[in-house]
Amino acid sequence: MRIITVDDSSTMRRIIKNTLKRIGYGDEIVEAENGKEALGILSNNEVDLIITDWNMPVMDGLTFVKKIRANSKFDDVPIIMVTTEAAKEDIITALKAGVNNYIVKPFTPQVLKEKIEAVMGLKD
Amino acid sequence: MSAKLSVEWVNPFIVATEEILSTVAMIEPKRGKLLLKKDNTVEYDVSGIIGITGEAIGSIALSFHKQTAIKVVSNFTGEEVLGIDADTADAIGELTNMIAGRAKKLFSEKGVKLKISVPNVVIGKNHTISSPKSTPTIVIPFESESGDFAIQVSLVPNKSED
Repeated sequence: MRIITVDDSSTMRRIIKNTLKRIGYGDEIVEAENGKEALGILSNNEVDLIITDWNMPVMDGLTFVKKIRANSKFDDVPIIMVTTEAAKEDIITALKAGVNNYIVKPFTPQVLKEKIEAVMGLKD
Repeated sequence: MSAKLSVEWVNPFIVATEEILSTVAMIEPKRGKLLLKKDNTVEYDVSGIIGITGEAIGSIALSFHKQTAIKVVSNFTGEEVLGIDADTADAIGELTNMIAGRAKKLFSEKGVKLKISVPNVVIGKNHTISSPKSTPTIVIPFESESGDFAIQVSLVPNKSED
């Protein structure tokens, strides 16, 4: 599975990458520091899953998700938001923007595995 | 909540700090006595700072001495850290982000809506963090097996949001 992980924190990208490897999804992982960089990568590459942060400089995760969902090329790619934004109204906002599932930092490998399986199941 | 900065405005940050650091950095911080900061006498080597807006305005800072930061970040990332570099600073920023995000949720449960900025990290031996005179700062020192650290909450209720 080809996955893009979008987070301005190099620490979080490293933690997500290491966790993906641990749970068996580490074959092909592409990284981006913000939504704008991710859109640039996606314009030339296909992915099976997007894992994105919310609060990022340049282009935040919510704007990124809305742009992805507005583009017919990507509108069915599952998106998991991994963020510190844990208030109920934030989760509703993200789901309305087009996020398929939501993980609040910090998270366990088991939670990430379950969320990936859930969204990939939805895709099937 | 009270219109003045009081314990009820600070408690969510204390709870969030204890929860996040015990979960991701495997330390059990013990809270010391809260101090109302009157001058720049609280000095640290690395601080993560996040701005807060919404129904309150101000900032939260998570501040460490060098050796404490090295131990906490090593535990957090699972990789041995030898000094304060760009990766260590990024990790401190992310820890601050997690604490602010958790506190934001706790405030939300009390009906107080806040917004948080992306983190900035300051590195400098014995630096201090200043806030406007109109914004009181409460310093919450913690002790842990990895060393001492502190959070500094500078916050005023935002009357324009009433």
